[in-house]
Amino acid sequence: MKTYDAIVVGAGHNGLANAAFLAKAGLNVVCVEKNDYIGGATVSRNLYEDWTYSNCSYVCSLLRPEIYRSLELHRHGLQVTPYGGGVTFLQDGGYYGNYHDSEVAYREKARFSRHDADAYERYSSDTMRQCRFIRDFLLRTPPDPTSFKPKDIIELVHLGAKFMEMGEDRMYETIRFWTMSVAEYLDEYFESDVIKTALSGSGIIGTALGIHSPGTAYVLLHHYMGEVDGNAGAWGFARGGMGAVAKALAGAYQSYGGELRTESGVAQIVVKNGRVKGVALENGEEIDAPVVVSAMDVKRTFLKCMDKNDLPEAFHNRVKNFKIRGSSGKLNIALDGLPEFPAIPKGSTLYHSDMHTVDSMERMERAYDDWKAGTWSKDPYVDMLIPTLVDPTMAPPGKHFMSVFVQYCPYEIEGRRWTPEERDAFGKTVIDQIGNHSPNFKDLIRHVEVRTPQDIEDDIGITEGNIFHGELTMDQLLFNRPVPGYAQYRGPVGGLYMCASSAHPGGGVMAAPGANAAREILSDLKRRNTVPENFGDD
Amino acid sequence: MSNAEVEQRMLRSPFYPRQAELDMLSAWHGWKGYQAADAFYCEDMEYFAIRNSTGVFDLTPMTKYRITGTDALEYMDRLVTRDMRKVQPGRVAYAVWCDDQGQVIDDGTIFHLRDNEYRLCSQERHLDWLTAAAIGFDVAVTEETADVAGLAVQGPTSFSVLSNMGIKGIGELKPFGLMHADFRGSELMISRTGFTGDLGYELWIEPGKAIDLWDALFEAGKLHGIRAIGTHALNLARIEAGYLQAGNEFLPADLTVRPGRTRSPLELGLEWLVDFKKPNFNGRRALAEEKRRGSRWRLVKLDIEGNKAAHNSYIFAKAKRNRAAIGFVTSAAWSPVCKQNIAIGTVRAPHGAVGDSVWVEVYYQREMHWSRVMARATVVDKPFWFPPRRGATPPGPY
Ligand SMILES: Cc1cc2nc3c(=O)[nH]c(=O)nc-3n(C[C@H](O)[C@H](O)[C@H](O)COP(=O)(O)OP(=O)(O)OC[C@H]3O[C@@H](n4cnc5c(N)ncnc54)[C@H](O)[C@@H]3O)c2cc1C
Repeated sequence: MKTYDAIVVGAGHNGLANAAFLAKAGLNVVCVEKNDYIGGATVSRNLYEDWTYSNCSYVCSLLRPEIYRSLELHRHGLQVTPYGGGVTFLQDGGYYGNYHDSEVAYREKARFSRHDADAYERYSSDTMRQCRFIRDFLLRTPPDPTSFKPKDIIELVHLGAKFMEMGEDRMYETIRFWTMSVAEYLDEYFESDVIKTALSGSGIIGTALGIHSPGTAYVLLHHYMGEVDGNAGAWGFARGGMGAVAKALAGAYQSYGGELRTESGVAQIVVKNGRVKGVALENGEEIDAPVVVSAMDVKRTFLKCMDKNDLPEAFHNRVKNFKIRGSSGKLNIALDGLPEFPAIPKGSTLYHSDMHTVDSMERMERAYDDWKAGTWSKDPYVDMLIPTLVDPTMAPPGKHFMSVFVQYCPYEIEGRRWTPEERDAFGKTVIDQIGNHSPNFKDLIRHVEVRTPQDIEDDIGITEGNIFHGELTMDQLLFNRPVPGYAQYRGPVGGLYMCASSAHPGGGVMAAPGANAAREILSDLKRRNTVPENFGDD
Repeated sequence: MSNAEVEQRMLRSPFYPRQAELDMLSAWHGWKGYQAADAFYCEDMEYFAIRNSTGVFDLTPMTKYRITGTDALEYMDRLVTRDMRKVQPGRVAYAVWCDDQGQVIDDGTIFHLRDNEYRLCSQERHLDWLTAAAIGFDVAVTEETADVAGLAVQGPTSFSVLSNMGIKGIGELKPFGLMHADFRGSELMISRTGFTGDLGYELWIEPGKAIDLWDALFEAGKLHGIRAIGTHALNLARIEAGYLQAGNEFLPADLTVRPGRTRSPLELGLEWLVDFKKPNFNGRRALAEEKRRGSRWRLVKLDIEGNKAAHNSYIFAKAKRNRAAIGFVTSAAWSPVCKQNIAIGTVRAPHGAVGDSVWVEVYYQREMHWSRVMARATVVDKPFWFPPRRGATPPGPY
């Protein structure tokens, strides 16, 4: 039987990044994936004729440029093209455009409120200040505040220094910011309901919280802390869909000699004498290695793929209580042509932007009310894009792929599994809502992939289909993620590590948890570190 | 029917049609959303119009606010660091305002138009800040950038030009004074202000009369060397005058993200604008504390040996580069009128006292190759260019 230095369970982008850094350091690595495709939620699939969908994640910004560069992802086919702006269609037939050009954006905001147009600059700067603070920690292992190890003390001092450096007032701001709701945060700057609504979306995407729930201001930051080519906060399309990110990571991994096995779902992580021994696959095969890295979410890892008796009781309980709630759905749509949105002129740059149909804070909150009642939003918040206006590879010429992210969509309908009829009705709700703003939209539809959180869980194994592998609230961030005392990527069993989005710094196509975990593993094994440091920005 | 979109191109000032006629270079840039000229025909010639005859610069894109109400004075006094009680109606004051940490948000010119009525002109936009500051005062703050067209008319013959235009009383207008005149049935506001350090005026009118004003001005200046000028010429004149430029010599504190990158008025050589006798103004406590403890930075005007302009240079205390830089240059130029190599910079206190020698590391390129010199520089007190005509009332005809 072949022996390995490490087994990575799951070929999501974090598993692949982790495996790549381990293989780059010379370890003999195998990455096992349950599906017949790789990427997890970072995937492009061809489900209908010549269309390629970004089935889950659809835009790229968080992917750490340090990782991109050090794994030479461009050599493995990755290309990220920035896009800009957004538009909110209004109930009255008008629209609010968030233009890419800052002066055009200023004029547009002034159309709703001159005050807000000016306030936006202050808002951006204040938010960017918080981003700078957090960005510094993306490629670092969170310190353990209870530890007296020199490394933890150094890291805690670094955290403290970064914090103090902000100055007294900004420190208060930061503490407030981390626990505020996005609605409160926006209220401090803006008066226009439309402008606030347009900005608030980033505070709730992927979370089971509403715009008035504490902690959602941070979620907004999570969407702002990325970049494209140094343009902080910018978002881009991966050419070929988000699967290109996973493919490039897999390419890098394999170029370092790593082995990738699909259709190899892990049934159990095997523990012997308090240490991992290897994994047992669903097909009965066993693979041994002194290191097992789980690239699954924390609940699946410990509650589904491990024996409770192998885990400390308190840890097990913490994992059970980890908040990871399905809140978002998605429609991927093949279109026969470009849908028209009469609110905006033909040829407007806004066609290339994020489109939204909810235009008031009240509707945002009501969308959440439906979720709380155990059903999908009847007037949902959608974040839709037409990547094929930029990317020529995802649909035949003249045809389009539309990616529609939907908030809110529950994991279960009133506590039980979705029926196929309910899934269809959910899809119809979304399509009708888009149809309200685009008269020819419905006629152009050739194929739709409707994904509820349950479908996402069934397909790629994310518990409740939560896009971040766990809520991004203060109690589940930094040294609390996923479980206090276990934020440094090591599990409670020797040789077991966690490298996916349930770990710091959380979800999104960032590859940081995978990279950070690799750094810790290599350090434990006393191997050369292959994980890059933060580029820094002073 | 689709809705129209907001203007996607840069906006055009009401003077644009005349500027377009004069434009020979097609060299424009964006200034707060407006299309502004780098230069119209020749940067050097335009600069010499300012120093030798009259240069006309379009100020329309400058951010403008009108502040009115019975508490207007109290409001202004609370906002800025200087004593606004001393600024009578008909007078103009240069001022800065700060955040709670005493860091400069922006500088600007405040026109005391009439009792209970001010105009504030600044580089950046502050409606939200000014509105928040107005809570508790009986004032209205209105943005009027697009509602007022402005021209700077600067240079030794500018008085002659305006006299020629038939503006009565212009001879008596003192530096930092303002007056109102009638221009074809509209109110023309004239202030003896500018950004060139020379004799000069600024004219303010409703946009509908902009073209008429331009035509009248250029007709009156025909024999006095009147020329349209772009931003490049103005910037050179402003460095010679030792004026600060927001975004260059300081960053608006509220929009600055990195800690320690902002400046207080004391650090910008503007202590004369801070009146600690006032009981209340934004940033007072922090500034009083800074005065007691000492500042971190100091703004310096540098007279640099040699003729290589010190753009973006590091400043050192000693010529030998064995020590860390003490600061850097923020604006630099060869001054054609002073025949001096000049710069404005920022250095760590206590460096940079007037009369100190510092060293400036200058990189310059000649035919592809780069060279480096360490040039000695002296910290000077006065503006590089301060001609007597700037203060003379009545000004001579020149
Ligand atoms: C609908 C949706 C839209 C999103 N949109 C965006 C976006 O636009 N931009 C963005 O940055 N982020 C977005 N996200 C979030 C982002 O995609 C995820 O946070 C990220 O992809 C998670 O990556 P991961 O590697 O940590 O885990 P996953 O991608 O979940 O990978 C886990 C892998 O493990 C495999 N696996 C599970 N169980 C087993 C097992 N027992 N044995 C073997 N393999 C197993 C899975 O099949 C999967 O391949 C979105 C997520 C979703 C769901």
